[in-house]
Amino acid sequence: MALSWYLAVSALIFCIGAGGVLVRRNPLVILLCLELMLNAANLAAVTFARMHGGEAGQIFALIVMVVAACEVTVGLGLLVAISRRNLPVDVDELHELNG
Amino acid sequence: MSAVLFFIAAIGALVGAIGVVTLRNPLYAVLALVCHLVALAALFLLLRAEFVAAAQVVVYAGAVMVLYVFVVAYVGGGDEVAAGSSLRILGPLFALALAVELFIAILGSGLQGIRGHGAPYKLGFGTPEQIGRLVLTDYLFPFEVASLLLLVAAVGAVVLARRRRGLDADDAELAHVFSAPRPSYTGTIAEGVGVRRVLEQLEQAHGGVTELIGGPQPEKQMTPTILGTKDAKDSDGEES
Repeated sequence: MALSWYLAVSALIFCIGAGGVLVRRNPLVILLCLELMLNAANLAAVTFARMHGGEAGQIFALIVMVVAACEVTVGLGLLVAISRRNLPVDVDELHELNG
Repeated sequence: MSAVLFFIAAIGALVGAIGVVTLRNPLYAVLALVCHLVALAALFLLLRAEFVAAAQVVVYAGAVMVLYVFVVAYVGGGDEVAAGSSLRILGPLFALALAVELFIAILGSGLQGIRGHGAPYKLGFGTPEQIGRLVLTDYLFPFEVASLLLLVAAVGAVVLARRRRGLDADDAELAHVFSAPRPSYTGTIAEGVGVRRVLEQLEQAHGGVTELIGGPQPEKQMTPTILGTKDAKDSDGEES
């Protein structure tokens, strides 16, 4: 398969994720859509690593995975804190940061 | 053969991604993301990124998704109400415009490399051995920064999700267990390393007698304040 096919799949996944971030209102699902976008970037990085024949893109993908794991950890911690205070789990209602 | 595998994996990844965005129940969205991640790992394998594919399955589909499932079970995210805002229409339009733009960029790109099948395969490309060698030599600094970032995120998550009000009402009967009177120096590190005996000898040399359980407590008794009991509530980051 030509590598442009992989880039096309990556672009589609990124757009689906971006649309999901805008449309959905549950913070948990927004985190999932962010994961989609990061994974699309990972796929593009690995594709370009294959194109150049060097591993730098793969290591970049691994670092992106680490950053995504950190983001998920903090985001889910925030979500647990939100639900513990009986606040609505809805990003439209959570527009004030003064807890 | 690789084309068939590519289309199976790509369709799986795209269906999983659409499922994440469209499914109403957050638990089903998480399961769709697991499907998406496994299909993406197959794509990584087709691109000869063996270690990244393995890490994708183990770290993402294994560990991170378990975290998601637990939080869904804890929060109990029900079906969300349909939004009436203008983002409902503008969001998909924005995604479509972005897709068109990216496709124009891919099709009109001057990169000749993406028309081909990539650089010629060299032995050991993308294996754990090669990745590990690079991570510990050329990319040591990003690796260390990533480990520091993980530590910061772990501490931050614990601080964010901790219990802020000390013990709950259900745990109130446990409070007296934690604050039960104890003889001096018991239950401390000092006892564990044998300092207590030395201190007792010192006290006896000065005429003092170590109190036993149930007796009147000496002034210098160490009360446990680490556990967030009701008494220690005020110092425990009360929200305003």
